[in-house]
Amino acid sequence: MTRIVIFGATSAIAQAAARQWAAAGGARFVLVGRNETALGDIAADLVARGAEEATTKPADLAALDALGGLCAEAEEALGGIDIALIAHGVLPDQAEVTASADALLTNLGVNALSPAALMVELGRIMKRQGHGNLVVISSVAGDRGRPSNWAYGGAKAMLSVMGEGMGLELDSAGVNVLVVKPGFVDTPMTADFPKGPLWASADQVAGSIVRAVRRKRGGVLYAPGWWRWIMLVVAFAPGFLVKRL
Amino acid sequence: MPMLDDGPVLARGNGRSYGDVCLNDEGTLLTTRALDKFVLFDAEAGELVCEPGVLLSDILDLVVPKGWFLPVVPGTRLVTVGGAIANDVHGKNHHRFGTFGTNVLDFRLLRSDGTALTCSRDENAELFAATIGGLGLTGLIAEARLKLRPIASSYLEGEQFRFDTLDEFFALSEASEASHEYTAAWIDCLAEGDRLGRGHFMRANHAADGGLDPAARSLPLAVPLTPPLSLVNRASLRVFNTLYYERQRAHEVSRRWHFDPYLFPLDSIANWNRLYGPKGFLQYQCVVPGNEARAASAELLKEISRSGQGSPLVVFKMFGDVASPGLLSFPMKGATLALDFPLLGERTFELLDRLDAIVRQAGGRLYPAKDARMSAEMFEKGYPALDRFMKQIDPVFGSGFQRRVMGRAR
Repeated sequence: MTRIVIFGATSAIAQAAARQWAAAGGARFVLVGRNETALGDIAADLVARGAEEATTKPADLAALDALGGLCAEAEEALGGIDIALIAHGVLPDQAEVTASADALLTNLGVNALSPAALMVELGRIMKRQGHGNLVVISSVAGDRGRPSNWAYGGAKAMLSVMGEGMGLELDSAGVNVLVVKPGFVDTPMTADFPKGPLWASADQVAGSIVRAVRRKRGGVLYAPGWWRWIMLVVAFAPGFLVKRL
Repeated sequence: MPMLDDGPVLARGNGRSYGDVCLNDEGTLLTTRALDKFVLFDAEAGELVCEPGVLLSDILDLVVPKGWFLPVVPGTRLVTVGGAIANDVHGKNHHRFGTFGTNVLDFRLLRSDGTALTCSRDENAELFAATIGGLGLTGLIAEARLKLRPIASSYLEGEQFRFDTLDEFFALSEASEASHEYTAAWIDCLAEGDRLGRGHFMRANHAADGGLDPAARSLPLAVPLTPPLSLVNRASLRVFNTLYYERQRAHEVSRRWHFDPYLFPLDSIANWNRLYGPKGFLQYQCVVPGNEARAASAELLKEISRSGQGSPLVVFKMFGDVASPGLLSFPMKGATLALDFPLLGERTFELLDRLDAIVRQAGGRLYPAKDARMSAEMFEKGYPALDRFMKQIDPVFGSGFQRRVMGRAR
């Protein structure tokens, strides 16, 4: 039996990963997200695909005060947490966050503070258990600041660094912290973007995540894996080149 | 359902139809692939409820390990449930299980007036009948409940052997109808004279043992790019067909297949359509009814072999008399011939017009899912329930096909 809690369960990557865990058999889910109807549909889908159980907890993950309680509820409902996937995020309107600090802070609340708080809460639960896979979806956008999406990238950079550090800290406690850095993924979040050969499907990214969790991997996971090499080059690129990305 | 102001709307699944039934150049396409959730899989009763964007492939992956199968599958598993209903697709076992729509229990249909109607044989029956094979014109299917059929194994057992004449094909079909669930033939479309209609006959049943592996998929081959000219032409076709025909043994050979390569041979070659070059190809599938089947088939094959056009991909089979509820359902008891024609310009269209004349004379019809060029008249003659169907069309829905062949009454 695998006990799984997913925050931002309606996200395309989260859904794809959940389907793969459900199909593997023996999975019990707690699904957290804003859209109650969509969560219910996803729960039914996962049960049809072989999940033992899928319960839903509608919640706005921007409400930071409630996050500790949500983690405790999930732990209690499942009787322990084997896999926690933190997948929520909003692509901010760059013009809006440039024009207004309030808009920026609101977005950082969802993309940075909320996942960070969950990582701390879940890390504590897993440390107490002495095991667990804590997966947080970051992004290659967090590796370098780009002119077109530094707000999104900034939030993801925080998650990447936090996750990497927490992973090193919790390794000896038997907890694997996996920082997932997807490249371009064809999801509803990016529906308006023109797609090219660098784009991957949510299924591919989910496949990388599920494989890494099965192998109890921690650390940074580029998804698909070849983004590691692209980002290695980008990491050393001078500013005038990054400006053109 | 959100409604838009810019022209007619049309649901589109995985886009595997060969013509304009899945196109809507004057309006908006509602792409349904993201509606890919299962709602319920009852592994006791063998029923599945799912959204319209679910691929048949996903269904088989789910239900086969539990000992169930879709009663009817077309030649590719990469089509959506919505598309399978809208085109009322059929397979090699039509004489046993009818069409895809024959095995649909009910569905929920969203109409542009904001209503969501449950449609079945008993409830909103006329809309149910219009939607099955209704080419997406009656509204958007929100979810559908499908009947599954039990299997003991994911393997098929049967025979494959060659036949030398059209008469032999009809005799084999008749003899195999009761004994075999899946029957179909490949025909050498260039063979003439006393070899006319020669080909390979394939027939199979689900095996009783062998395990329930969902798929025997190896790495799919792929056609990586479009060659500048069609690789299917008169010369290559003659060589291929002769070698392929001779390769098969003349006498019965018992064989065993996983269902995947047997039922979905084309899915193992990704982007096979590129073989036809930048101009592409036209599919043609017709059915000619029972008593006319033999004579009309012979005429069709003569016309094709005389033209030298055609492709290695030819399927010939007999439909049975299992009735579909669909008003515009394509199959009828008789012989159906399906093949590709590399597009050679006007002479391809002229050939297809000559084939149309034979089909019409015999009281047959063409398959909308594979059509890009039939006349409105040809369509009207072939589908006598068209007037009944037109009354059920959603006023906001439309398609390229609908404007081309059903334009008159809108």
